[in-house]
Amino acid sequence: MSFASELNSLALAELSHFAQNATVADVEAALARSEASGKRISPADFAALISPAAAQPQYIEAMAQRSHDLTLRHFGRVIRFFAPLYVSNECINVCKYCGFSRDNPILRVTLTADQVATEARYLREQGFRHILLVAGEHPHFISDDYLRDCVARLHGDWPSISLEVGPLETEQYVPIVQAGAEGLVVYQETYDRGVYDAMHVSGPKKDFGWRLETPERAYAAGFKRLGIGALLGLAPWRNEAIALAAHAGHLLKKCWMAQLTISAPRLRPAAGEFQPLAPVSDRELVQFVCALRIAFPEVGLVLSTRESAMLRDNLVPLGITMMSAGSHTEPGGYTGQGRETLHVTRGGRMIKPELPVIESEGEHATVQFEIADNRSPAEIAARLEQLGYEPVWKDWEGALNEA
Amino acid sequence: MTDKPRKLRIANRDFNSRLIMGTGKFASGEIMASALEASGAEMVTVALRRADLSGQRDKFANILTFIDTKKYVLLPNTSGARTAEEACRLARLSREATASTWLKLEIHPDPRYLLPDPVETLKAAEILVKEGFTVLPYIHADPVLAKRLEDVGCATVMPLGSPIGSARGIETRASIEIIIEQATVPVVVDAGLGAPSHAAEAMEMGADAVLVNTAVAVAADPARMAEAFKAAVEAGRAAYEIGLAPKRKEAEATSPLTGFLNER
Repeated sequence: MSFASELNSLALAELSHFAQNATVADVEAALARSEASGKRISPADFAALISPAAAQPQYIEAMAQRSHDLTLRHFGRVIRFFAPLYVSNECINVCKYCGFSRDNPILRVTLTADQVATEARYLREQGFRHILLVAGEHPHFISDDYLRDCVARLHGDWPSISLEVGPLETEQYVPIVQAGAEGLVVYQETYDRGVYDAMHVSGPKKDFGWRLETPERAYAAGFKRLGIGALLGLAPWRNEAIALAAHAGHLLKKCWMAQLTISAPRLRPAAGEFQPLAPVSDRELVQFVCALRIAFPEVGLVLSTRESAMLRDNLVPLGITMMSAGSHTEPGGYTGQGRETLHVTRGGRMIKPELPVIESEGEHATVQFEIADNRSPAEIAARLEQLGYEPVWKDWEGALNEA
Repeated sequence: MTDKPRKLRIANRDFNSRLIMGTGKFASGEIMASALEASGAEMVTVALRRADLSGQRDKFANILTFIDTKKYVLLPNTSGARTAEEACRLARLSREATASTWLKLEIHPDPRYLLPDPVETLKAAEILVKEGFTVLPYIHADPVLAKRLEDVGCATVMPLGSPIGSARGIETRASIEIIIEQATVPVVVDAGLGAPSHAAEAMEMGADAVLVNTAVAVAADPARMAEAFKAAVEAGRAAYEIGLAPKRKEAEATSPLTGFLNER
């Protein structure tokens, strides 16, 4: 059974109600049961852990302690670093919250494979050995052949290459995997079908089920690492958490050889000026991270530069295992590659750049969103060492990614 | 038997220490190095995925620089490999990069419990032994698999006590006892040893050595915990060599009533 049909049969309303109304007794029972080693906690216990009752100081602290212990045991005192490399901000989807949304009059560019290699070289010099290639969704500019070329270009120098790009068919993924890609990241954004439909106005992304089954297609194509997540701020976060946990549970069983990572990015300011419909507080984010760790001790939890330095430093001991650092969310952001081909698009088609563009953008492509932790990778690494964690730049080997 | 402690012999090498250390999960290279020192270990295993195999002395993948190969036999491991083919590929790279033919063969495709794949492990072991590697395979406590691995020429077998990092101790006791009883190569109990008492228990059972990582790496004071494991391994081994008293149901008087009959 695919997750799309499992999601339909999930008692979402019931679990959401419980996540809102669990009592402290429910929270205590869920915490006690989670201590039983080797047992996956039930969806109801997970719901109790994300309830308002569990957000009270004594329970959130107990969850944090438990989360810390589990993370130490499974991952040790190490944080794995990675860097996103935006290869294109072209997009044919109209999504209300995204800076790259098709109708935003922003500066766009798709880097050539050579330009991607130049940007990557800069990241390598910073220390990164794990890279995430990111792009909007545009079958013309960002074709599967293009992605394969980019991966093939980087494979020799990068022990781990992951992609966060528009969903493809299994057969389209296969050559990308064979070229040396290890991981595929695809966030469902929201698991609420109604909100999903309202947010994704047009474009291939409008198809909820197609996106939802992407990780399974990627696994079938041979990807070893799968990343999922929900974009927090669109639908009530407790509902997202329940569906995300169900998705993770499904993938862990079905794609049993894949290393799973989960991310819970909060919406950041971006072109289009979209305001979060369901904001998530710091306390709630911490609660979510701890509940995920308790439910899934072995799953990688990813934290990007969307969050502030202060919050990131404090989330490290609570369950985070992977971090980006010094990120740019625009193509060419690291070394200025692609400046000469910047352009605006109308309806997804390139038009001449004499059209007025947003003034303050200067000569850079437009970012997908603004980052909040502006420290350099070296600064963040030094801070982690102060906190008693080893920043691990290389934790994979390219030879494992060969066909 | 109360002679001086017998040495551990793996392939053609002798070791005074019967504690093998892992190098993952430490907060820094320096803390790891001090824990290795305190453990008295003479062999340490390193995940190849963490090391620089390019030969370019990558300072961002410098875990090997913290391991003095004059002091320790380096035992590279293939953690991350999910198939025999991937493990063999890593092994060959390892030989080029480290000039060592010793290899801890780990093939655990399932990221939750990190349990070893017996089929792929046997397949890879057979290939790698033929290619001249000294292979130490990480396995389930499966006595038949252990014999099969011996048959293809593995230098040891390394059955797990419980899943990696679980600190649950020796949950596979009955099977490990059979493995030890039947083995013609050293048996190294690997994984799940969360307390020095677990390590002592394995040694008392007659294991030839133990491998410890998480329990030391994530301890508040890794070097002291390493010392504690060292002492436990030595105590357990001494007890095994001397011979433990058999367990009985009833008490046995230390001053027997008929002792006078033996006196002259």
